[in-house]
Amino acid sequence: MKLLVPVKRVIDYNVKPRVKADGTGVDLANVKMSMNPFDEIAVEEAIRLKEKGVATEIVVVSIGPAKAQETLRTALAMGADRAILVQTDDAVEPLAVAKILAKIAAEEQPGLVVLGKQAIDDDSNQTGQMLAALLGWAQGTFASKVEVSGDSVDVTREVDGGLETVKLKLPAIVTTDLRLNEPRYASLPNIMKAKSKPLATKSPADYAVDTTPRLTTLSVREPSKREAGVKVGSVDELIDRLRTTGVIG
Amino acid sequence: MKSLVLVEHENGDLKDATLSAITAAAKLGEVHLLVAGDSVSGVAEAAAKIAGVGKVHVAEDAAYAHQLAENVAPVIAQLMGHHDAFVAPATTTGKNVAPRVAALLDVMQISDVIDVVDADTFVRPIYAGNAIATVKSSDAKKVLTVRGTAFEKAARDGGSGTIEVVSGSGDAGLSSFVGAEIAASERPELTSAKIIVSGGRALGSGEAFHQVIDPLADKLGAAVGASRAAVDAGYAPNDYQVGQTGKIVAPELYVAVGISGAIQHLAGMKDSKLIVAINKDEDAPIFQVADIGLVGDLFKLVPELTEKL
Ligand SMILES: Cc1cc2nc3c(=O)[nH]c(=O)nc-3n(C[C@H](O)[C@H](O)[C@H](O)COP(=O)(O)OP(=O)(O)OC[C@H]3O[C@@H](n4cnc5c(N)ncnc54)[C@H](O)[C@@H]3O)c2cc1C
Ligand SMILES: Nc1ncnc2c1ncn2[C@@H]1O[C@H](COP(=O)(O)O)[C@@H](O)[C@H]1O
Repeated sequence: MKLLVPVKRVIDYNVKPRVKADGTGVDLANVKMSMNPFDEIAVEEAIRLKEKGVATEIVVVSIGPAKAQETLRTALAMGADRAILVQTDDAVEPLAVAKILAKIAAEEQPGLVVLGKQAIDDDSNQTGQMLAALLGWAQGTFASKVEVSGDSVDVTREVDGGLETVKLKLPAIVTTDLRLNEPRYASLPNIMKAKSKPLATKSPADYAVDTTPRLTTLSVREPSKREAGVKVGSVDELIDRLRTTGVIG
Repeated sequence: MKSLVLVEHENGDLKDATLSAITAAAKLGEVHLLVAGDSVSGVAEAAAKIAGVGKVHVAEDAAYAHQLAENVAPVIAQLMGHHDAFVAPATTTGKNVAPRVAALLDVMQISDVIDVVDADTFVRPIYAGNAIATVKSSDAKKVLTVRGTAFEKAARDGGSGTIEVVSGSGDAGLSSFVGAEIAASERPELTSAKIIVSGGRALGSGEAFHQVIDPLADKLGAAVGASRAAVDAGYAPNDYQVGQTGKIVAPELYVAVGISGAIQHLAGMKDSKLIVAINKDEDAPIFQVADIGLVGDLFKLVPELTEKL
């Protein structure tokens, strides 16, 4: 079975995003960019499925600027086999990303598409579910455990109340949550090897997908700041303050 | 405008998250509800009593019992023939179903809405809440998920909605429910609690987490939360996680114990009314958002606080 893993190049999670002074967006110039953390987990899960003999090939795909090649190379260095870059400098919304991925899935015929549950820049949490709808496939979102057996997959999901397990008919969509696995680091020899793995470059037009945004961003502002608080010297002082504010009796 | 709001329910109880979504939808105009599930007449009756609700659509079928998106999304898509907006609470159920509906309708969803400006314009946090975007949708129909902490809850009574049965397509044959491990707790639910006590990595073990955090939470009648580090280390279950990728909370009082204050954690709690932080590192970033900070060893300070309250 083939696995398809979409990976997005996003601001590194350790960087504190800054809103541009003109209120048009977040400043990404000279900011460290990395693979979306949830997508690293998706790549790792795919590699583990291949190591277990469940999967035979891992194809990673990214929709984004030329620089997204770096993200794809990282995935190849971790252990993916082949990459597709759908190159565009335009911002592509989850719906259009899902449409491109649906076309790629039709071409590649994967048994599973493993995505991150959300991209940490737009925080949309949509693409996997949209892709599932477009393909008419089952979806196992927010996965903390994935077990393939025969023509189905059992996915344990992190839900508000705890955990839930669903059985999905293959082919299916899985989106990863943080506790699914801990992604490996690519070793130096594997980073070298990744340089010669195949990477195909395409454009959204190759898939006949219209990526015109449906949403216009009117403004982006900083969240309201909290007033600086006080430090108290003792538990008694803390209790006094809490009593004054009235939150405790 | 007419909106369809997905009712979130469990074991026959209509969940509070629905009430905030109704308030958001009411800003757009008329509010209709959808109750999908198995034996949900009780929930439908409760839904019809919510203030401001017009029609309550009820889709009853064993296939909808566990809100499987593959089965529920087509029912919603069908009802959207007569509605202008679909609104779901930004819970794990809503987040699972809404994008599937959006794609069926060929609409770009707007996630985690915190304000409704007008029929096309919405406000939502991006980059873990480090930026707030105002976006305008050009889609004819809207699909939204709504943050519970950003909207008041609609009143559970005063309404007189009419109940209408819808026949959906039932089981799509793609997925089935296997089982769930839902933690039963005597404590208030995290997302609707007035007071939350959260523990971080500093607790060091699951045992210490229970010994230090639980008694304080009991004294305060609080819900218990955790940082991701505490959850990852197994000190607390996953449904305790507060943050960008966990639960978004905004209680009257949030007590952060041994939590450093990473941006991903702050994203989930910085709208709390009053934040108290207990941390031994006086430079911990949590103190930048805390209203009251107490510097010192939590293993000494928290038991003392619990004792003296
Ligand atoms: C994609 C992504 C998503 C994430 N989502 C979330 C999320 O939703 N929620 C979340 O919480 N995190 C999230 N994280 C993780 C986040 O980046 C931090 O790693 C995490 O919040 C740290 O948890 P912590 O504060 O408990 O641990 P630490 O950062 O290790 O902090 C422990 C704190 O305890 C203090 N301390 C130690 N001993 C004592 C003592 N005896 N007494 C008092 N204080 C003491 C220390 O001074 C320190 O400040 C996410 C990360 C990524 C990459
Ligand atoms: N431009 C993109 N290229 C590749 N994958 C993407 C892209 N955008 C989103 N994804 C995938 O969809 C997941 C969810 O993203 P989102 O719906 O934007 O929160 C991500 O974790 C990726 O796996």
